[in-house]
This record gives sequence, structure tokens and C-alpha cells, in this order.
Amino acid sequence: MTPRFVLGRIGFYTLIAVLLAFFTIPLLWLVTAPFTSDPTYEVRMPDFTWENFQAVLEHPYALPSLWNSLVLSVGTALLVVVMAALAAYALSRVRLPGRDALLYALLLLSSIITGTAAMVPLFQLAVELNLIDSQLGLILILTGGLLPAAIFMLKDFMDSTPKSYEESARVFGASPLQIVRHVVVPLVRPGLATIAVWSIANVWGNFLMPYLLLSDVEKQPAAVITYTLYTEGGQANLRMLSTFGLLYSVPVVLMYLFVSKKYGFRFHGGIKR
Amino acid sequence: MAQAISPPEVIDGDPSGRRGGYSSDAAGLGRLRAGAFVAPALLLIAAFLVFPALWVLYLGLTNYRLTGAAAAEPQFVGLDNFLDAVANPTFWNSTWLTLQFVLGSAVIGQVVLGFTIAWVLRDRRGPLKRLVEGLVILAWILPSAVVSFLWVALLDRDGGTLNALLGIPGFAWLLDHPMLSIIIFNTWRGTAFSMMLYGAALGNVPPSHLESARLAGASGWQQLRDVVFPHIRGHILTNLLLISLWTFNDFSPFLLTAGGPDGRSEVLAVHVYKVALQSGELGYGAAVSTIILLINLVVAVFYLRLLRSKK
Amino acid sequence: MAAIELRGLTKVYPGGVKALDALDLVIPDGEFFALLGPSGCGKTTLLRTIAGLEAASGGSVLIGERDVTGTQPGGRDVAMVFQDYALFPHMDVTDNIAYPLRIKKVDKATRRDKAAEVGARLGLEQLMDRRPGQLSGGQQQRVALARVMATQAQAFLFDEPLSNLDARLRLEARTFLKKLQRELGVTTVFVTHDQAEALAMADRMAVMEAGHIRQIGTPAEVFRRPVNTFVAGFIGSTPMNLLDGLVRGDTLEVAGCKVAVPALAEGRLSDGEKIVYGVRPEYMTYSDEPAEGGIGGKVAIVENLGASHLVTLDVNDVIVQAVVPEGSEPAVGDDGYAVPRSDRALVYRDGELVS
Repeated sequence: MTPRFVLGRIGFYTLIAVLLAFFTIPLLWLVTAPFTSDPTYEVRMPDFTWENFQAVLEHPYALPSLWNSLVLSVGTALLVVVMAALAAYALSRVRLPGRDALLYALLLLSSIITGTAAMVPLFQLAVELNLIDSQLGLILILTGGLLPAAIFMLKDFMDSTPKSYEESARVFGASPLQIVRHVVVPLVRPGLATIAVWSIANVWGNFLMPYLLLSDVEKQPAAVITYTLYTEGGQANLRMLSTFGLLYSVPVVLMYLFVSKKYGFRFHGGIKR
Repeated sequence: MAQAISPPEVIDGDPSGRRGGYSSDAAGLGRLRAGAFVAPALLLIAAFLVFPALWVLYLGLTNYRLTGAAAAEPQFVGLDNFLDAVANPTFWNSTWLTLQFVLGSAVIGQVVLGFTIAWVLRDRRGPLKRLVEGLVILAWILPSAVVSFLWVALLDRDGGTLNALLGIPGFAWLLDHPMLSIIIFNTWRGTAFSMMLYGAALGNVPPSHLESARLAGASGWQQLRDVVFPHIRGHILTNLLLISLWTFNDFSPFLLTAGGPDGRSEVLAVHVYKVALQSGELGYGAAVSTIILLINLVVAVFYLRLLRSKK
Repeated sequence: MAAIELRGLTKVYPGGVKALDALDLVIPDGEFFALLGPSGCGKTTLLRTIAGLEAASGGSVLIGERDVTGTQPGGRDVAMVFQDYALFPHMDVTDNIAYPLRIKKVDKATRRDKAAEVGARLGLEQLMDRRPGQLSGGQQQRVALARVMATQAQAFLFDEPLSNLDARLRLEARTFLKKLQRELGVTTVFVTHDQAEALAMADRMAVMEAGHIRQIGTPAEVFRRPVNTFVAGFIGSTPMNLLDGLVRGDTLEVAGCKVAVPALAEGRLSDGEKIVYGVRPEYMTYSDEPAEGGIGGKVAIVENLGASHLVTLDVNDVIVQAVVPEGSEPAVGDDGYAVPRSDRALVYRDGELVS
């Protein structure tokens, strides 16, 4: 036990304490305020009331907006998974002309055309195509944005799956579509699940696109409703905000726990955005 | 398990030698079906990603507006919008703020904090590590609308928890120091990515290299400099490019300060939104979007080059 | 069951690599046939072209006298065992074995019965509900075999069937495979890079090099009379002695020693000709005493092969090896003499066997 060692230990735990404080303090309000009768901005010991949840239930837009979030994210995830899986499989197994250039272009596109850079034309496009206030329109736009990265990730996954499974089925006489159904889909299921979770998480938290393209409050997802709750109508309703924010956050946390338990938390570069 | 001594022989598709009208990919899909598999995705990407990007280039050259005469019949104005932007002090202000935002929150905040956490926890297992990592990741995965409001509550001038903790009630963080607020906010929000990337990178530094450095009597700092950094240099560059790109395009400062007060936190992402969709100057907004696209392109090409050279 | 015939079969990869160069080959019905060669020789490509997984660039493939060159793999009535067995990880053993029947639209009950029957034949009764990931390498191989048996195909194709097993299991599986093929009587082609495997299992074999077949024959023929120096060097656990020599009248001068002209080459050589003299270490008689027609030198190394020893002689700076039975091995540094068996020694002119 040299003094140097002791100092090192003290330094280590001080650092950990500071880090824990930095990352915990902003979150505390989210777990205390919903259970407090009359919450203020300050974090206080909650008195464990369920009244705030009652208020959320009665709010005309709160629960419907969660449903809207679910529709948008599941709809987008389904489209992304189906389309990306088909495209990634074909690109992984068949030498289509210009394949490498296409993949490079996809990767480039997905990283440069962001919501920020494309909000003006997307807004205009939606106006022209009458897709403002259309959830389907928003789903298509979100799908277009997520597809390149999804195709890229899935193709990587499929490339690492041996071809001999498909060849084996093929020698037994299975047709290409049978092979896809019997062999490929079950084999790449973990990859499909990853892409589905990634898409859902992305859309669930997305604020900019629905904020731009959905003006009808009955169609807006939770992200937009949360923002509306604290910017409009003078004094923010903290009971609503905290409780609704908690309800809106819980699914993401559950999904994260599920994924990290099921697949172990593997590191996917840039999986979030 | 004994491994095959002979490496697998070249097995590959054969576009030239096709006979009998069948293809030799693994599932016998054939080019036609493969094309049909790829087409739906490409169509959506073309319509909702590529077309908007091209459209923004065109829009930037017109005087298109959301309302009024120019909305009905937009005129081609050439590079006027770009010249306007260059002459506009608000644009330069936003660019400068964006630079501060990217340097402060991504390059300094997230990288330094992310690496520090990954480094101090590198040899640890157990609940402490899981707790720290879990909280950092939580900040990353929660919806941006929620965490933004959490910070609004934390930083509130009168009732905020931070002022109560620091004992400085009435200190207006968001009004007096809006840039500092969003930089700290974004550091908090985005550190998880860097932490995980460096965690993975540090896991790949061969322990024998660290051990031989330790046997040679290297101090902690010397081990970092001589063994760890050379090993993870590629990861650092990847990390820097990606998080710079993301932070540059991040719209969440809008949720915290809406660009205010007086445009003092109006980064480019928020600037575009304000001029194009709030003031309705679509043409000018498109010109600024074009500039953002070009900057993205430079960073992305740099990043892809890096990926290629690694392979 | 059917014979397999290849006529002028050619495979050219994009980029111009010729993997198969106008191959002709007939494999009669019921034969256990080995394709042997070093990696990259085209043996796997040949097998995959027979299966239809690679499209031929020229020539034709006939299975049971039917031209299947343009037929999809599934229409050729062959079954294949892949090097990694390609058992579907998401199906249990029963479903894996029954998969070919599922494709043929056999009803579920019949499928299960057939899978159980074939599985029982290969001793898989206890494993029918397991997933491939829960099986050992040897068990996986048997499931893969059961799966091809369930197809009742005309011909079986095995790609390196033993390479995924560890050494001890490999010997066991070798015997098992050979016995199974005997019993089933199905024409079977297998690919291997291991000459011992080909010699042990095959009825006949083809030795391939760079897209060409260099020799076709029974294992005994290929072992005793390799028709060229490539095959001579490739076959045999201890490599054949291939020594440069000269014809001197009615004897040969090899490594500075005088040896007799082998029986096979008698009367076919002309004086002064340059040749390569080939004799397997197993076909040398070793003695400590100078012997008539022997190749004499200093013992450089003695390697224990178990029941025998491999003695390496340094003969005027040329390496000559002989196998010596247990108990009579020399010591390093001794003088030794190796006498080739004249009925087993071979002479090669320009790489080809003189006969």
C-alpha cells in the first residue's frame, strides 16, 4: 500500500463519483416527479401518488400520441426490414452489375443526407405529394432515410453467413423462393431483429421529421406532443410532462434491456442514428 | 476439430459462362429476381433520399418562398442565395456557433469523456462498471424530446435542481450561457457512443503489449502513449469523424433553446429550420442546406477513405 | 443409380482462370470415386459442376445417360454432402434429414417415418430431436449422410467429407463411409486433398493438377505405377525417390551409382538419354553391406515410423530414402546401401512414365 496507490484509488473513486453524479442528476427528475403530487422543477422526495398517471390517461392527446409513435415506428421497422432484407440478400449473393458502386453510394448517401440537410426539400416534397399529415407518407420518408444503412448492415451480416446452406437446399431441389423462406430467413433472423430494433428506436425518438410533416395534433407522435407540452400554453404542466415523459421513455429502456440480454450488448458502429 | 488443409477453392459467380439459362449464385436467384429484390428499396431511397438531395441543389438556386408571389412562380436567381448567405452575418454567426458546438461537445466533450470512462473501467467487471455504463447509455437512448426537457428542468433559473445544488438560485443558464448549456447537454447525451467504441478498441489492445511495457517499467501515461494510442489511432479517427458528422447535423439544440436567446445558440441545423420553415425563405434555406450537404460530403468521403484503407 | 460421364467439361472463371480444361471422365454405376489433388487443382470446382452449383463453360455432364448440363442442381437427381455439412442450424435432426422430402412435397408423417428409419440405420435414434449445434463433428457428419440417403438420389457427391473431423475420428469415419457406400451401392464421387484418404476409400480415383486429370486408375495402379512425376510425387505418405539419371548402355547411372533398368522400361531406352528414376522408399531393400545394383551412401537421418524406419541416405549429395523394417535400422553416419526392387522401380522421360 504505497501512498501512490492510495492516491490512485482516491482519484479513481472521486472520478467515478463525479461521473455518476453528472449522468444521474439530470435523470433523477424523470423518476421522481411523476410520483410527486405537485412536482416542481426541483428534484424532491416523491410522495408516491398515482394521480399523475390518471391525468395522463385523461389527456386527449397523450395516449393517442404513444399509439401514433408505435404505428410510425413499427410501420417503418416492418418496411425497412422487409425491403432491406430483400435488397441485402440479392446484393450479397448475386453479382449485379455496378454492385460495389451502388453499395458505396448507399453508404455515402446515408451519412450525408441527414434530416437537417434535407428538411427543406422533404417538407416541399410532402406538400407537393399531399403527404403532409399523412402517417403513411411519414413512414415512407423515414424508411427512405433508414434503408441505406440498414441494407449495408444486413449485407455485412449476410456476407458472413456461409453459402453452403443455400447450396445444399438447392441441390435437394428447393426453388429460390423456398430457399429464402426455409433457409435464409431463419438463418439471418438475429440480423433482422437487430435492424427492426434499430429502426424502432430511431423512429420512436425522432422529433424533427414528424414535427415538420405532421401538423394535426391527433396524428402527432409522443416526441412532438412532449415538445408541445413544454413550449405551448405558458406555464408547462409539470405533472403531465414528467409522467408522460416517463411513459414515453420506458419502452425504449425495456427494448434496450431486452436486446442486451438476448444478444449480449454487441457493439454496432453507429447503430443509433 | 481439424481444419481443412486446403483453402476453399475459388467459388464465384460466373456471368460469362452461363449456359442452359440458370445462374450460379448460391440460391439460384438469377439476376432478374435479384433485381426485383433490390428494386423496391432503391425506389424508396431514390424518391425520399436522393431526389430531395438533388432538389435541394435546385431550390438553392431559386427565390422560392413558402408563401406569397414567389411561392407560385419561383424565379431562378443563380447564386444569389449563396451570396446572400455569405454576406449575412447571421449565417456566419451560426457557422461559428456550430463550430463551437462540434468542437466543444463532440471533439472535446464526448471524445475525452468517452475515452476516460472506457480507460478507467477497462479492467473492471461487475456492478460498478455496469452501473456507470448503463447510465451513460441511458442518456443516449432516451428520446431527445424527453432528455431535452429534463435539462430544461435541471437548468431552470428559479426552481432548477442544478442551481439548488450549487446554491446559486436565479442563475439563468439557458439565457446567459446558451452555448455552454447545449455543449454540456450534448456531451452528456452523446458520450455513450465514444465510450463503447473506445471500450471495444481498448479490448483489442493485446494484453501482452501492455504487459511488456509494464515489465519495461512504463508508467500509466507512458503505456497510454506508447502502446494504447498507436493501437487505437484508427478508432480515434473513425470516432472523431462520425460524431462530428452527427453533432454537426444534430437538431436537438432546438429542443433546448430553440436557437435563442437572440440567435445566440442558433447552430446551422436550427438556422435552416428558422429561415426556411419559420420565415418561409425556402430558396435561401436550401442554399444553406446545400452548404451543409457539401460539408457532410467532405467528412463522409474522408471517413470512407479511412474505412477502405483499413481493409 | 447411375453412371456419371463428363465430356470435354470446361470451366472458365471470369477473368480467364481455367479451372477445368476439357475433362473427359466416366464413372460407372455404383463406383466409389475419388477426386484427388492439391488445393486449387479444380477438384472442388469439378464436383460443384457435376452438382450444377457451377455452370459449365463448355462440354457436357451426363448422369445416367441423361445430359444434365443445362439442368438446375435440383433437377439432376444428385445429393451432396458439403465440407461443413451445411446442416440447417434452425432445424432438429429429424427435420434436417426430412428436408429433401419436404421439397418433394412428401406428407409430414411419411417424412418423419423415413427420417426415423434412415436415422436409425446410422445410429442417430437418440439424437433425432437435437439441433446440429448440440452434436459432435462425427454425429453431424452422420446426419448429413442420413440426409443425402433420404433423397434416394442417383449419385452422391461428397466435398472433403472427412476434413472437419479430428484425426482419430477420421480413421473411424473412413471405414464407416466405405462400408456404407458398399451397402448402398450408390455411385459416389468424393473430393479430397489427402492421398491416404483417396487410396483407402476409393474404388478408382482421378489425380488432378491445374484443371487437368493427370491419372485415372485404381488406388493400386496409381500407387504402383504413377504415369507421371506429378502423380509420383503426390501419392504416398513418404514421397517417392525421384532421381535424375542417365542411360549408360544397358544400365542406369543414378546419383553416381549403377542400377539396373527396371522391368517396365526394358528395351525402351536409348543410350545416353536423360531420365528420372523413381522408386518408393517402401520398395527398397536396405543393407549394411555393398550390394549388387545398390545405391550406396552415408546415413544422414533415421526417422521412426512406428513399425518401420525411414532412413535418409546422402548419396554423393543426392538424398535417397528407404524404409527399413523394425530392428534392423542403422545408426546415423553408417554406410548404407539401398537396392531398388526392379519390378517396382520406374523410369520417367520428360515427366512421363516409360512403359
